[in-house]
Amino acid sequence: MIYEASWLAVGMFFTFVVFVLGLSFYFGKRTQSAKGYFAAGGNIHWGVNGIAFAGDYLSAASFLGICGMIATAGYDGFLYSIGYLAGWIVALFVVAEPLKRLGKYTFTDALDAKFNDKGIQLMAAISTLIVSMCYLIPQMVGAGALVQPLLGLPHWAGVLMVGGIVIFIVATAGMASTTYVQFLKGALLIVFSTVLTFNVVHKGISLNPSEDYHRFTELEATVQSGEVVAIADSTYQLKAQSNQYVLLEKGGIENWWKVSDGYVTETLSKVSTADGQTLYNGAPRADRRFYQVGHAVKIIKNGQEVSSTGPLSWNEYLSVIENSEVLLYKKAGFQHAGNQVTLWYGKTTAGERIMRPGLKFKLDEGSTFMQKLNFISLMLALFFGTASLPHVLIRYYTVPSQKDARKSTIVAIAAIGFFYILTLFMGLGAMVNGVIDVESSNMSAPLLAKYFGVGLFSIISAIAFATVLGTVSGLIVAASGAVAHDLMDNFFGFKMTDKGKVKAGKISAFVVGLIAIFLGMAFKGMNVSFLVGWAFAVAASANLPAILMLLFWKKTTARGIAASITVGMVAALGIILTSPTMFERYGMDAASAPHVLDNPGIISIPLAFMTLIVVSLLTQKKAA
Amino acid sequence: MDHGPAAQLGQDNAAAFKSKLGLRLFFVYGLIYAAFVLINTAKPQMMAGDVFLGLNLAVVFGFGLIVLAIVMGLIYNAVCTRKENELNRTESGVEV
Repeated sequence: MIYEASWLAVGMFFTFVVFVLGLSFYFGKRTQSAKGYFAAGGNIHWGVNGIAFAGDYLSAASFLGICGMIATAGYDGFLYSIGYLAGWIVALFVVAEPLKRLGKYTFTDALDAKFNDKGIQLMAAISTLIVSMCYLIPQMVGAGALVQPLLGLPHWAGVLMVGGIVIFIVATAGMASTTYVQFLKGALLIVFSTVLTFNVVHKGISLNPSEDYHRFTELEATVQSGEVVAIADSTYQLKAQSNQYVLLEKGGIENWWKVSDGYVTETLSKVSTADGQTLYNGAPRADRRFYQVGHAVKIIKNGQEVSSTGPLSWNEYLSVIENSEVLLYKKAGFQHAGNQVTLWYGKTTAGERIMRPGLKFKLDEGSTFMQKLNFISLMLALFFGTASLPHVLIRYYTVPSQKDARKSTIVAIAAIGFFYILTLFMGLGAMVNGVIDVESSNMSAPLLAKYFGVGLFSIISAIAFATVLGTVSGLIVAASGAVAHDLMDNFFGFKMTDKGKVKAGKISAFVVGLIAIFLGMAFKGMNVSFLVGWAFAVAASANLPAILMLLFWKKTTARGIAASITVGMVAALGIILTSPTMFERYGMDAASAPHVLDNPGIISIPLAFMTLIVVSLLTQKKAA
Repeated sequence: MDHGPAAQLGQDNAAAFKSKLGLRLFFVYGLIYAAFVLINTAKPQMMAGDVFLGLNLAVVFGFGLIVLAIVMGLIYNAVCTRKENELNRTESGVEV
């Protein structure tokens, strides 16, 4: 963490929070019925609903995660943008209107409309809760991560603050206040991301991003058989070597350098010592020796090598990066003298490699069949996941008609698509303007905004908070609907008045909010995009086969749907929990994982379809 | 048990037409998306080739998929709206 809180950002954030709380209080007074609470009265204008869709969907993973991934892995990060957007095609062409026609408050309503079956009610509600929780955890973790650097508060305080505000938003007016918070956030995000992108392209690309940009030093060294035996600059003392890294000391400060043929290069290092200290480039964090990085090392414009491009058009910006070379940072880690050393070293990377797939995903020559299958599986889950996310689907119940459901989806596609195009510029802008914090690539977009001035930074930071608020509100509405409407009302058959249903919804929102706060604290440090990937995979496996087959296969039975949801959910979670990535997180050897798939979609989605077909065929008599 | 739609919806005589059109457009887009994923998987180097305005295939195809989704959505809406106006007004007089 290498930046300080901005009072303007704090002011912007609290202004937004006060406005949002006022809005919730206003709608809270008007929300008395279950229809008002769970579906915002069903009379939201399609234009507002479309932008609210964008506000709901463009979560921290989209704004912070994708921009950060593009900043560090180039085009591979943009593949997430493409996959997330393509998923809306399924929503528009297949799901939107039938779901509006069949359902009332939750996606379980639509699945169960034809059968009125306890099995469907239970399994669809559990699926909604699991998918929503998988999605909630990274949002809450993201909230804590944002609050830390921007407001100077500890992680738990950020999680508690965001959780408390969201509980207030949802428990006062449910979907009504949530809709307008999401509308506001969606609109602000798109407008100010456009402003940020305009700044990026207008500024162009320069070899020297800023006056105070830190240039990493190179020292001549005598290297024999990979071992450093002498440093030309006598002010540096050689202290130790670990594989291709060497520890040098100057002026009482030690730092790790990367060994190359005939020279060593300064790195960014973080050393966690055995006595609990953490040193950044050999000094405490407060000494600010841990720098933001990322710059072009060679710029080619119109076939000429230049030191600065000046203002560019949007296509020139992408074209210049493709023809140039950029310094990207690679991470390495090892143990030394009882200390855990993590370091990041610069690697000059051709723009041609950055602007095509392959930096993050293993797809080039030498990659294995399973690595390629992993990539296909991810893209499959992104494509089929969107139209299966319960918090997205419930937005179809807030508009008056099927036509409005369709129109609002098209507004959402236009708004979200436009934003995703901007992510490429914001991510690449962060990559070449020396703003990347290698410890937290998620901060790339706010830090890029800071590069263009504290005003823009403050607005973008406030929007980043709003991003979390908007998405978490939608998730808690979906989860509270699953508990109060699907389980309490439908599955258990509690006799409740309309006001009683609203009360049950509010209590459920409060409890789900508390659980989200707890999980947000418990999962501190977990990668944001990783968990969102879980949510997409589980949703696509558990929910989509059931939705599609219900709509398009007449032989679908209630037992087929319930079995498909169960198998899809268990298979997706099972594959994720036994994946190599999870084995690493358990502290075990990734190679000892029973399989090599990190993304379960390619197995669990077809498995759920097959289960539905087989069980439906076996239960035809019962269905009749 | 309480499942039906929250809002009162009229009879939609265009539902079957819209469903069929939606499925067709879904398959068209799905095929193009599948081609994109397969090229990325099998021949990632192919995505580096310049195709338009100095941009490579990866960028043009990626932007193209996003723009195509918007364009197909607008066409779908225009055709569906026309069909709804034609079938729902002439047969039942109910606007859906």
